[in-house]
Amino acid sequence: AEKQLVEYFRAQMRTDPDMASAVAAIRTLLEFLKRDKGETILGLRESLTWATDCLTGVDSSVAVSSGGELFLRFISLTSLEHEDLSRCKKVMEERGELFLEKISMSRTKVAKLCHTFIKDGAKILTHSYSRVVLRVLEKAAAEKKRFSVYVTESQPDSAGRQMADAVRNLKVPVIVVLDAAVGYVLEKVDLVIVGAEGVVESGGIINKIGTYQTAVCSKAHNKPFYVVAESFKFVRLYPLNQQDVPDRFKYKADTLRNKANLSEEHPMIDYTPPSLITLLFTDLGVLTPSAVSDELIKLYL
Amino acid sequence: KEEKQRLRKEKKQQKKNKEKNDEKTSHEEQPAGSASQPPAQPSPKAVPVPASEAPAPADKPAKSKADLKAERRARQEAERASKGKKGDVGQPAPTGKLKAPPSELQPVVKRLPEHVQVDNPEVVKKLAKKLERQQIPLRSDYGYKVSLFSHLHQYSRKAPLTQQLGIPSTVIHPAIVRLGLQYSQGIVAGSNARSVALLHAFQQVIRDYTTPPNEELSRDLVNKLKPYISFLNQCRPLSASMGNAIKYIKKEISNIPSQCKEEEAKIKLLNCIERYINEKIVLAAKAIAKYSIEKISDGDVILFPPNCSFNVTISTSISSSLVNHILCEAFEKKRKFRVIVVDSRPRLEGREALRRLVQKGISCTYVLISAVSYILPEVSKVFLGAHALLANGYVMSRVGTSQIALVAKAFNVPVLVCCETYKFCERVQTDSFVSNELDDPDDLIVTRKGKTQLEHWQKVPSLGLLNLVYDVTPPDFVDLVITDLGMIPCTSVPVVLRVKNVDQ
Repeated sequence: AEKQLVEYFRAQMRTDPDMASAVAAIRTLLEFLKRDKGETILGLRESLTWATDCLTGVDSSVAVSSGGELFLRFISLTSLEHEDLSRCKKVMEERGELFLEKISMSRTKVAKLCHTFIKDGAKILTHSYSRVVLRVLEKAAAEKKRFSVYVTESQPDSAGRQMADAVRNLKVPVIVVLDAAVGYVLEKVDLVIVGAEGVVESGGIINKIGTYQTAVCSKAHNKPFYVVAESFKFVRLYPLNQQDVPDRFKYKADTLRNKANLSEEHPMIDYTPPSLITLLFTDLGVLTPSAVSDELIKLYL
Repeated sequence: KEEKQRLRKEKKQQKKNKEKNDEKTSHEEQPAGSASQPPAQPSPKAVPVPASEAPAPADKPAKSKADLKAERRARQEAERASKGKKGDVGQPAPTGKLKAPPSELQPVVKRLPEHVQVDNPEVVKKLAKKLERQQIPLRSDYGYKVSLFSHLHQYSRKAPLTQQLGIPSTVIHPAIVRLGLQYSQGIVAGSNARSVALLHAFQQVIRDYTTPPNEELSRDLVNKLKPYISFLNQCRPLSASMGNAIKYIKKEISNIPSQCKEEEAKIKLLNCIERYINEKIVLAAKAIAKYSIEKISDGDVILFPPNCSFNVTISTSISSSLVNHILCEAFEKKRKFRVIVVDSRPRLEGREALRRLVQKGISCTYVLISAVSYILPEVSKVFLGAHALLANGYVMSRVGTSQIALVAKAFNVPVLVCCETYKFCERVQTDSFVSNELDDPDDLIVTRKGKTQLEHWQKVPSLGLLNLVYDVTPPDFVDLVITDLGMIPCTSVPVVLRVKNVDQ
């Protein structure tokens, strides 16, 4: 059953490369729910948690685990007092479909909110490859705004080059800079927009390594630092500093499985504290970092 | 006679409503032009006086003492001008929001509490009259008060209120008298301990209570509790947690249906109180310990100033301070960490905490607060307790807490505050001057090598001894607040308060 799950997940990722990994995970979980032959609701919940863990074993990003947890909460947030288990399951499936529909609209909502912050003639700095930021830039370009983009190369996987190609397709002038050149380039830049892999309870974000540096530099230059993230990336973590982020998020899933001594591995993500972030654009609205906790309390409690 | 009282109350209420409406209109005109005087009305005329002061502090974020004094004087004049206690709408702390029109949702006008107006003779007279009516002796202030804090009470431990009570005292229940004495002598100290002791004393009161004929339990018991609360307030000013507990009890009592029999009602109330203690204090401590242990990793060096809710064990099984509890639990879970205990005079509560930790086998270091910047480079986390969390995210705790948080921020060390949700209060404060507690100044006198330098400090006219109890830490210095609801940032305190109000 685990193999089937993983295969389905990978198939989903392959069919639509533009989709967030969390959305693929939620689709997989929904399919899993439909095929599940459990007898009790508690058993159902347990098997869903197990399924989420499996998926985190494939793709260890924060978004997958947070998406899975939110999915579980959303579908069980209704009254499940029906006598018949199949009726309960149907209710849960309906809510699952609803959830999926809502989150597939989330990127569009975010883009709609954010593109107004990009003014004509703006120079934007972004970090690594983020599909949400891409969507925002698409929307801004569609609104006939003239802007140019600097992208950091974002080692170790050079994801920044992928981003640069995508932006070039939008007919927007783009320049790839080294990760080390962020401080150099910031005086020319008007605003910084990054995506997020996860948004934590303090209002800080977890994103590709190098984001923290960019945030510190932009604070020093007094440039606004915007984060765009969908709401299913909100996670119940509260890191105090870089080493407080759990290991299971820091490294890729393969690394976690294969390598014995993690201290020699280079982490893939870092944590940016809320004091460095100006605003967060989510499908729940434009939030300040301190409002994130408010939203999280509403989502989770 | 009661009818007359009721009629008098109604008249007062009407007059207050009328004055309130006048103030409301005058406030709405305020933003239009602070210079222009609102249409001539005797009571609102006092309001423009503090309004003209408001732009001044708004410009200068660092308030000077002169400004504070001027504001307080303006406020007192406002009160003197308007008959009755018509304080500023808003909070004692003069923030920029002071001149915003009162929200329509809150028709209750907030007054300055009397315990921060000690230098206003009118307020003192009013308090004296109220205490006389309740047959409670008024405790007199002691010693020279530093001018910046002259608006607060300062009592001496050598003159407890109970000496002025006659025997037998029919108004105040003996359990409450004992409690008052324990408070004023410092036998029961620490936010949690005081609340628990208060609740136990109230349980005793309820057990011994009998409804007089022609009275309803729900109304009479609340009225009986009022003089007790005034008495305890005189012995030692109430803390925020005690205030919340009292509010809860009063609500429970007034919710007793009138057809309920006395025995049933009493049992119900006793159970309510027991449940409150259990849920909000004992279980909350366990929940907080559970969350905190996640944050303590192997190899940590934890700084711990124990001047927080440190209590002597009472008849319940609540053991020592919250943070002490957390550290002991974490140790039992086999985490390897080291603790640095920071202590300060005059209470030196750190010694007791140190003793308990060392007994458990935790490796500890003991420093005084003056060495905090020396020791902080070694520290990986700072755990603080709180006396109360204010609605604007500020943390009110023992004096010295704010200093440690400041130095920790300078060294980039994460600061974690552990606080139960029943200590969250709706007050707003931005500095430690406005509302604080002055302890007995004689505590600062120390005898070394047979010489007591400050023995005759009262005779020196230019010398004042200041023994502050609380200080206020801004939310920028605090990284995380651990409550029984989970881990929240300091700015989310009003969210929790909102959720709690919705629940109730």
